[in-house]
Amino acid sequence: MSQRNLDFGLEDLKQHLIGMAGYVEVAIDNAIQAWRARNVDSIQQVHQIEIKVNENHIAIDAECVKLLATQQPMASDLRLILAVIKINGEMERMVDQAVNIANNAEYYLKVPPLIQVADLSQMSDEVKWMVRNSIDAFVKGNEPLAHEVCLRDDKVDGFKNKIFRDILGQIKLDVGILEQGLNLILIARNLERIGDHATNIAEDVIFTVSGEDIRHSPKLEPRVK
Amino acid sequence: MNEPRDLLTVENLNAWFGQTQALKAISLSVKPNTVTALIGPSGCGKSTFVRCLNRLHEEVPGATAKGNVVLEGMDIYGPGVDPVMIRRKIGMVFQKANPFPALSIFDNVAAGLRLAGVRRRTILKEIVERSLMHAALWDEVKDKLSHPGTSLSGGQQQRLCIARALAVQPPVLLMDEPTSALDPISTAKIEELITELKKETTIVIVTHNLQQAARISDKTAFFLMGEVVEFGETSVLFTVPKEKRTERYITGKFG
Repeated sequence: MSQRNLDFGLEDLKQHLIGMAGYVEVAIDNAIQAWRARNVDSIQQVHQIEIKVNENHIAIDAECVKLLATQQPMASDLRLILAVIKINGEMERMVDQAVNIANNAEYYLKVPPLIQVADLSQMSDEVKWMVRNSIDAFVKGNEPLAHEVCLRDDKVDGFKNKIFRDILGQIKLDVGILEQGLNLILIARNLERIGDHATNIAEDVIFTVSGEDIRHSPKLEPRVK
Repeated sequence: MNEPRDLLTVENLNAWFGQTQALKAISLSVKPNTVTALIGPSGCGKSTFVRCLNRLHEEVPGATAKGNVVLEGMDIYGPGVDPVMIRRKIGMVFQKANPFPALSIFDNVAAGLRLAGVRRRTILKEIVERSLMHAALWDEVKDKLSHPGTSLSGGQQQRLCIARALAVQPPVLLMDEPTSALDPISTAKIEELITELKKETTIVIVTHNLQQAARISDKTAFFLMGEVVEFGETSVLFTVPKEKRTERYITGKFG
């Protein structure tokens, strides 16, 4: 069977989005490295990646508009393009959150670390897992993996709540650490938002693969292959 | 809210051209005031199907049909049913506009009424005007009703044929690729008209234009090799089709 014109366009679009996903992962890694390893260079990296991501954000949307207008896709093709538009937006927001984390880290690096929050490292690892696997689920069209990503969101939310309580407790004992504490709370908040975006991507993957819209529905049991 | 009852029900409809079976056990139903689109590759039986709905199919030498087609409780293939009466209840618009060449615009629209025995000029005038209005043609022809129907443009002629079909107030209007010979502007007018007309009647339309089916219909049936592969809500069929064969057809992977 000969390939349709649309197949070439969709393949290019997927590759372009996978390229964008690569930037997103590096931006998040660097943002986390910035405060975790107290690495100043990583902050600069995040800002540089943001510029590229913003360019890609516009270019990918334009590709989608072109395919919608010229190919009038239907069924799985239509679902894929709709999902790419949404995932593209989620990724751009993820990098915005990474920039926020980098900005918080910039302050955090100016003062000696007065607060130890072990959970924040674990939360970062969880969020990175969600991001990597939401992208992986998209690339492979892996619906069970996308479901697993959705389920991990609760764990990340739990970390955020625990970190909030923990830091507030420490601030109550020593108001001198207020500003540093608030920065760490904001980092946790931004990480949690990145997890939300990864969940949204996973939901878009499920829609692309099966046509099922699971948004705003009760959490589902993980689907095992 | 209770769903309205089916207006047209087809059960186990089979059709043949001589020995060749063109339709195989088709069953589907149509609610009143809806648009049902029939899609599928050439030769899949969708035109034969609509021609069975108003008993035009049997006009082809050697062509036969068997099954139940029930309109408002009456089996149109029942014993003693007059096909001409059926065609008055189930109107048809064809791919190529076919106004009566010797008749004026007015007389084209009035033709069906006159056949039905309507003679009074005032009634004819009223119904012709209303039908032309419903067919969104009135403003363009009101000052030249005595001109020949064939003097109109292709798009206008097609709307004239729709007005002619509407004049006898059929509960069902069949359309067999009504816009395939028209330019995009005329097509858009007919599509707008179809959406408007479903307030008055119930439409079954054959189209090769999938986007058209998606734009104007409430339900869509996908025909393939004389069978209905999938029949369902248009919005679902074009986004999340249940059948792999539907998916492959509407995404252009075969057909």
